[in-house]
Amino acid sequence: MTAVDSADVLLGLLGTGPSHGYDLKHGYDRLFGGGRLLAFGQVYATLARLLRHGLVELLGDEAGEGPDRKRYAITAAGRDRVTQWLFRPDVPSPVLQSNLFAKTVVALLLGDDADRLLDVQRAEHLGRMRALTAQKHGADLATVLACDHALFHIEADLRWIDLTSARLTELRQEVAR
Amino acid sequence: MNDIVTSTPLLTARGVHLSFGLTPALRGVDLDVHPGEIVAVMGPSGSGKSTLLHVLAGVLVPDQGTVTFDGRDVGAMGEAARARLRLAELGFVFQYGQLLPDLSAADNVSLPLMLAGVPRKDALGRARTWLQRLDLADEAHKLPTQMSGGQAQRVAVARALVGNPRVLFADEPTGSLDSLAAEKVMTTLTDLARAAGTTVVLVTHDPRTAAYADRHVTVRDGRATAGVVS
Repeated sequence: MTAVDSADVLLGLLGTGPSHGYDLKHGYDRLFGGGRLLAFGQVYATLARLLRHGLVELLGDEAGEGPDRKRYAITAAGRDRVTQWLFRPDVPSPVLQSNLFAKTVVALLLGDDADRLLDVQRAEHLGRMRALTAQKHGADLATVLACDHALFHIEADLRWIDLTSARLTELRQEVAR
Repeated sequence: MNDIVTSTPLLTARGVHLSFGLTPALRGVDLDVHPGEIVAVMGPSGSGKSTLLHVLAGVLVPDQGTVTFDGRDVGAMGEAARARLRLAELGFVFQYGQLLPDLSAADNVSLPLMLAGVPRKDALGRARTWLQRLDLADEAHKLPTQMSGGQAQRVAVARALVGNPRVLFADEPTGSLDSLAAEKVMTTLTDLARAAGTTVVLVTHDPRTAAYADRHVTVRDGRATAGVVS
């Protein structure tokens, strides 16, 4: 699944009304931070780029919650850009040949223990799922849904790991040809 | 977690073998389950994970090897002693709840208490308290068929925990539920177990259900491999 593009998200947040960089950063962190907060520098650099491209405009100097005075508003072109972003579907599973698939095949070619490799990865995935499940406990709904998204994707990987484990003998024969 | 792992195991399996006729189901399982921990037993269909649960719970007796509960050799007990052990110290939740269809939710939950000799009025009072804790007070009078699958499964969790068991065995407790109902059942089950210090052995093929546990073991071809403690 495609990673979050912070520029599109910041533009989307500005679509709800004019704001300052400081407030945008905190709005982003609250809804999308998930343990990886946006740096102030990145916010201001992104706003400068959006301004250059005519997607946002400056409303002039006016103090907000934070120390900065520049207040930004989305332009009509910016709102069009947000609409395009919202309704352009993401590419499902853009990576066909994952690193794990490559490792499995190389392990088989080398005569290494591919079963163990998959077991180690399974344990890592389950550990991550436990951490995400614990993170959901008592969290707000946005955090719960963000964790669920990650959990379902990890689960999909695990299903692939289980299926590949069951087919290792067959795969071993195929790569040995 | 470290305190749990360094404690004396409450439940152990050592070199457990069990066959059904000529078909081996368990082929030398070793496992320690410590007091208060939640262990997920995972594995593909037919791997032997449900058989392992039945052996650990004293429902089945191994052909070889030993299962001990709190230092007692479960395999050496007679059938009646094992039944008493299950009634007094173990709780069970299965995939399809196994609620008695002709009894209300409150009667289902109070049943293990009455079997243990608690007077009906007291048993029903305790059952209603449990249903209230599980946000099921309005369902107390309903039959299992009048509840959603998730509600019925939470009633089954209440029935399993009402007698304060030392170990709760859950076999695919979310197997018949949608994601949201499964989440509610697992949150309820693990929150209550952790609050009471109840040990849980959870058999599941579903990694999202297993993620509520402290650790997992994988059963494959009748053998158990320890997972990682988070």
